[in-house]
Amino acid sequence: MYAHENRLTAWHIGIAFVALMVGMLLGPLQTWEHAGLNLYPALRSIGIQSYYQGLTIHGILNALVFTTFFITGFLTFATTHSLKRASKYPWVHTLALVVMFAGLLITAVPLLLNGATVLYTFYPPLKADPAFYIGLTLVVVGSWITGYGLLFTWSAWKKENPGVQTPLIAFASLITMVMWQICTVGVAVEMLALNIPWSLGLIAGTDPQLARTLFWFTGHPLVYFWLLPAYISWYGMLPKQAGGKLFSEPLARLSFWLFLILSTPLGLHHQYVDPGIPAGWKALHAVLTYSVFFPSMLTLFNVVASLEIAGRARGGKGTFGWIRALPWSEPSFTAQALAGILFAFGGISGIANASYDLNLVLHNTAWQPGHFHLTVGTGVAFSFMGIGYWLIPKLSGKELWSKKFGIYQAWTWFVGMILMSNGLHILGLRYSVPRRSALGVAPYASAEWTPFLIESALGGTILLISVVLLYVNYGMTVFAGKKLTREIEMPVAENAEGMPSPRWLDTWRPWLLGAVALVLVAYGPVIYILLTRLNLTSPGFRVW
Amino acid sequence: MNNHTHLHIHPIERLWIIISFSMIGVFAVAVLTAGFAYGFQLPVPEDRIVDPNLVATPGATAFGEPGLRELSPGNMEARVLAQAWSFTPKEITIPVGTKVTFYVTTKDVQHGFHLEGSNINFMVLPGQISKLSTTFTTPGTYNFYCHEYCGVGHQTMYGQVIVTEK
Repeated sequence: MYAHENRLTAWHIGIAFVALMVGMLLGPLQTWEHAGLNLYPALRSIGIQSYYQGLTIHGILNALVFTTFFITGFLTFATTHSLKRASKYPWVHTLALVVMFAGLLITAVPLLLNGATVLYTFYPPLKADPAFYIGLTLVVVGSWITGYGLLFTWSAWKKENPGVQTPLIAFASLITMVMWQICTVGVAVEMLALNIPWSLGLIAGTDPQLARTLFWFTGHPLVYFWLLPAYISWYGMLPKQAGGKLFSEPLARLSFWLFLILSTPLGLHHQYVDPGIPAGWKALHAVLTYSVFFPSMLTLFNVVASLEIAGRARGGKGTFGWIRALPWSEPSFTAQALAGILFAFGGISGIANASYDLNLVLHNTAWQPGHFHLTVGTGVAFSFMGIGYWLIPKLSGKELWSKKFGIYQAWTWFVGMILMSNGLHILGLRYSVPRRSALGVAPYASAEWTPFLIESALGGTILLISVVLLYVNYGMTVFAGKKLTREIEMPVAENAEGMPSPRWLDTWRPWLLGAVALVLVAYGPVIYILLTRLNLTSPGFRVW
Repeated sequence: MNNHTHLHIHPIERLWIIISFSMIGVFAVAVLTAGFAYGFQLPVPEDRIVDPNLVATPGATAFGEPGLRELSPGNMEARVLAQAWSFTPKEITIPVGTKVTFYVTTKDVQHGFHLEGSNINFMVLPGQISKLSTTFTTPGTYNFYCHEYCGVGHQTMYGQVIVTEK
């Protein structure tokens, strides 16, 4: 069933995991450089000129390419399988993949030739080759087209199923895609109005403060674009994989609506210490950032309660006995459960970042990479690896090569990430160590930092082992695995309450209007202020 | 057909929701009180914007002659110019207990400015002036780092504030 969707998803996921492999292999090199073992000179022969070019490739491939390709593929699969309906227009999805892949190739050229060593935030007036901006824009446009394809399919399904509530997985996938449409307006304007014409020489100067603001308009909701597909798996699939039911489907739906409303109007919390933005607007975004913490708290309760149902159904007794009863021998479950645990700690360090003036202590310190390796690097990427443990066998038609390797991979990731992120958090909080810096050759590096740099490098090394275990397993599955003897179905968690959610949780208009209104209130005046102070005087610089 | 509107919430979950909301509320009140009542301030827009291409020209702006100036006894201002990959001045010596207001801008790419042992931490953007104040109460040497990637020499970009005994 759904041969076209499955084949297409296989391409998305395949490209995603190849990109992630290259990106992740560059990660440990950074931790080793910080601890004094500089391997970058050896990389010159394969074309990587500096720590910063390696860091740029690491960020672009992991945070932008892997995530976007995985998510578009996974949500296409999840929506069609959840609705039990093939795509209305399969060609739309083929077109999306072609546009995204073309964008990736166009981006890769300057990235690999050291023509775009601007890190994944590409803050102007660092000026990359035009192909870098054009390629990334195409990747985003392709992801939009995927979203349109899913909306077409859903509206066809609605006509065929009048009065039926949209199943949770499809519902949440559509919300994720609509949120992405709203929030990518910022980076689209940055690319089309500033970066692309400026890098082509059509306009002489750019305004870095305006460009940063447009970037973070998209840059924080980007985080929810990464996270919501993991939540879809945690709510919609993981309880089933664990042998339980979803504790409260209505509250799951409510949290997705809250994410639609609250994901975008809060990007200024990345810009608390920007000089060009008034404090009142920063404070408003601080409060809105706190409020988006709420749907994640709902998720924490709901997912843990669902897993408790599972653990008890498996015979677990007592206050904590149900935890031991969970299927810890299944790599897909273990990876996602451990991802969720570390994600909670990432959420806590994120609360500190969101805290307006507290952020003065943490902004652009090593605390930040410590934080987002727990969130996107673990909560999201580690969950996607866990999804891969059932989805890759499903799509390739092969048995998973080794469950044991999968379990070792999950625990090495968990331990490696605890060490690496703990070291980075301490370095940032206690010693103000700057992020994104080749610390191994920094003249101001202090001997006090050494134990934590070594802790983080040890973590990076363990993570490298985890990466090898992951790719040996995936690779052996796809290229040397035994043919599946049974069909793998997408796990779909039943609703423990056994009745549909209230109707107001199935109505788009008020939530969508709320989302747009809140964006206008939180961003309209800020953009207006920046336009009245428009300062298109920065020429480009190539300082790498 | 589904027409009910009631949202069923388990009692323990209701308690969890109340705790979550209260936590968020307490955090928000705490950080905003610290920010607006106790003066832990963030950088805000200066009246004027500048042209990064001209900002370092002597005579054009105060950043043409960067350095330390005494405004009144115990009250100084430090004008610091950032460029890839240095701060000018690189060393700033102040007596202990002096209030210093830092004004920082850049003539090329984005930079950052984080002064150890203080709450001074801001972005340095072309065209904008970043401003925050602090008072050091303990003599010693405090590094300030560039914390935004600014090219292959980024890791070498730093300076020092030397706080001397009175």
